[in-house]
Amino acid sequence: MKKRILILSMAITILLAFSTPYVFAEPADYHVGCVFAVTGSASWLGEPERNTAEMIAKEINAAGGINGHKLVLHIEDTQGDNTRAVNAVKKLIKKDNVCAIIGPSRSGTSMAVLPVIAESHIPLISCAGAEVIVTPVEERKWVFKVPQKDSDAVKRIYDDMAAKGIKDIAIITGTTGFGAAGRDQLKEIAAEYKINIVADETYGPADTDMTAQLLKIKNAGAKALVNWSIVPAQSIVPQNMQQLKMTIPLYQSHGFGNIKYAEAAGEAGNGIIFPGGRLLAVDTVPEDNPQKKVLVSYKEDYEKNFHEPVSTFGGHAYDSLWILVNALKKVGDDPAKLRDEIENTHFVGTAGVFNFSPTDHCGLNKDAFEMLMVKDGKFVVLKD
Amino acid sequence: MKGKNSAGFFALVISIIAIPFIITNDYYIGVLVFAAFNCLACIGLCLLMGYAGQISIGHGAFVAIGAYTSGILTSKLAWSPWLAMLCGVLIVIVVAFSLGIPALRLKGHYLAMATLGFASIVHIVAVAAVDLTGGPSGIVNIPRLDLFGYVLNSDTQYYYFSWSVVALAVFIAFNLVNSRVGRGLQAIHGSEDAASSLGINITSYKVQIFILSAVFSSISGSLYAYYMNYIDPGPFGVMHSVLLVTMVAVGGLHNIWGALIGAIALSLLPEFLSFLSDYLQVLGIHYQPDYDTLVYGSILLIIMLFLPEGIFDGLASTLRGSKSFYGKLAGRRTGRVQ
Repeated sequence: MKKRILILSMAITILLAFSTPYVFAEPADYHVGCVFAVTGSASWLGEPERNTAEMIAKEINAAGGINGHKLVLHIEDTQGDNTRAVNAVKKLIKKDNVCAIIGPSRSGTSMAVLPVIAESHIPLISCAGAEVIVTPVEERKWVFKVPQKDSDAVKRIYDDMAAKGIKDIAIITGTTGFGAAGRDQLKEIAAEYKINIVADETYGPADTDMTAQLLKIKNAGAKALVNWSIVPAQSIVPQNMQQLKMTIPLYQSHGFGNIKYAEAAGEAGNGIIFPGGRLLAVDTVPEDNPQKKVLVSYKEDYEKNFHEPVSTFGGHAYDSLWILVNALKKVGDDPAKLRDEIENTHFVGTAGVFNFSPTDHCGLNKDAFEMLMVKDGKFVVLKD
Repeated sequence: MKGKNSAGFFALVISIIAIPFIITNDYYIGVLVFAAFNCLACIGLCLLMGYAGQISIGHGAFVAIGAYTSGILTSKLAWSPWLAMLCGVLIVIVVAFSLGIPALRLKGHYLAMATLGFASIVHIVAVAAVDLTGGPSGIVNIPRLDLFGYVLNSDTQYYYFSWSVVALAVFIAFNLVNSRVGRGLQAIHGSEDAASSLGINITSYKVQIFILSAVFSSISGSLYAYYMNYIDPGPFGVMHSVLLVTMVAVGGLHNIWGALIGAIALSLLPEFLSFLSDYLQVLGIHYQPDYDTLVYGSILLIIMLFLPEGIFDGLASTLRGSKSFYGKLAGRRTGRVQ
């Protein structure tokens, strides 16, 4: 009997924990969910994304909201973890009644939430890179993504190699959703460019030394190396290469697009070449580029508010939230109407000029990339 | 099942039935479904750790094997989810047997070391065997579970199903504990030499309970895969095994109820912290998600400092405030062979 009382009281305690007051808001508010990896190993993605989303919401609400409706963001932290991401998305849909979701930050977490999205018919604009998130498009009716395509990134890298006459290359990829998707694309597109992959190595997101993999690559006689990853471990590769006195050119993916990665690589990072959005080298974008105005205004706002350099990833949150806000302005917060509106969006963003269509839920092409180089701890546009 | 435990079991069943009537939001039901998966693995682990006195830091690997077997067989070969789950159980039995036979013959912490290594290996295979496991991209399109042709679509349906499995596991565990095997295991926990001198086949008992606990984990993994409809190596790292051990230790090593409470408490804690942050935000205090780790750590530290026997035994003694009652309430502890 006593034990029964004890268990019942435990049950009541748990129930009480659930009944904490909700944040009441006016019914006319537009509720938008954000799912970012604010902490954890992908925090260099999630933090600028959260900052950007909060900044934009503040700006919109200060200017009177969207057609008079206040924009309310519900920001959830996935810590880059799948179970948490699924829980967060369910919470946003079922508890916070959001009309659309932006995020998750990572490819793995984006893939994990797809079944929930497909079932609940809420549009999702992912901030993650892997192309499988939006292909095949018939199965991804409710899903869009704003980062550039990984296949386009591979093509830009191979274009550059072809121009330099490099044929034998090695690839080293992170064992994450983003890394694995990149590895597939690198191998698939190599034939098209008659590029020969002589070594194919991987490393875990928490690894601290890649010397063993790099030695194999060195012995395989590769003339260039592609390092494809999204987490901080990618910055160890250039350091290990320097220790091994490897002087072959190092290419990174668009997952290198936070200056913190270049800073972490230190002096060894000098000369790294990677395809990136124009946001990372705003100063060198010509005035007549359609993106110039957006890039300059976002960069200035972000750096003024947060006192740190902009990154590709914050730009993804900028693009996804503005695409959504524009749709909200036009059709209100009905999820189905929002989805149809997003599918026909033309938008000039930080990652490129978006042209979504029923057959393309990414909307960017390979012109969205600029080949960038690390020079003295800064990103500069690579001159041919 | 004895008096107090059957009363507890009755309360558990009533709570399971009643909760969806009180909590109507699917999201919280979903959180409780994940708690059920952890409960299932922890009940098995508690039998091994609390009753047989063997530490395994590799049960996350058995969860992974269950999840991957189910995921691969259903999504790639279109097997029935039930058959795939059964297949996962069989694989886990074979694996646990071959791992347990050498490791459990040894005394000391060899099982902990062997299982730790095993957890690491399984995770690496999940990451690296791309053709089989999908690698870091994982496996998509895992079907939902159906019950007599009736697909478990909603969270509430899955809640009832998964918690029924937990209730069944609790029932099995208590029957086992109060059987000849259970008493033998407790004897082994007390003193292996003494137990051996009484004619208990130590290795055989230990291997059996190790396999049983691995089977519980495997089923929990399969259920996870059918609920998520997507798996990747992320949730099956070594840290998941450590988390399971922590759940059992926090709840109370020596009692099935303790394992259950520990698993529920640590599964719900992140949700509670997210509530806390919402609440503080309303009060105007800026709560960073980074603080979660601090709060989480402090709670574990406080429990281990002040309730070293775990929440269940600790609360029981605090509530009663008297040693004599404590002995009675902790129930089976008094009957344990010391």
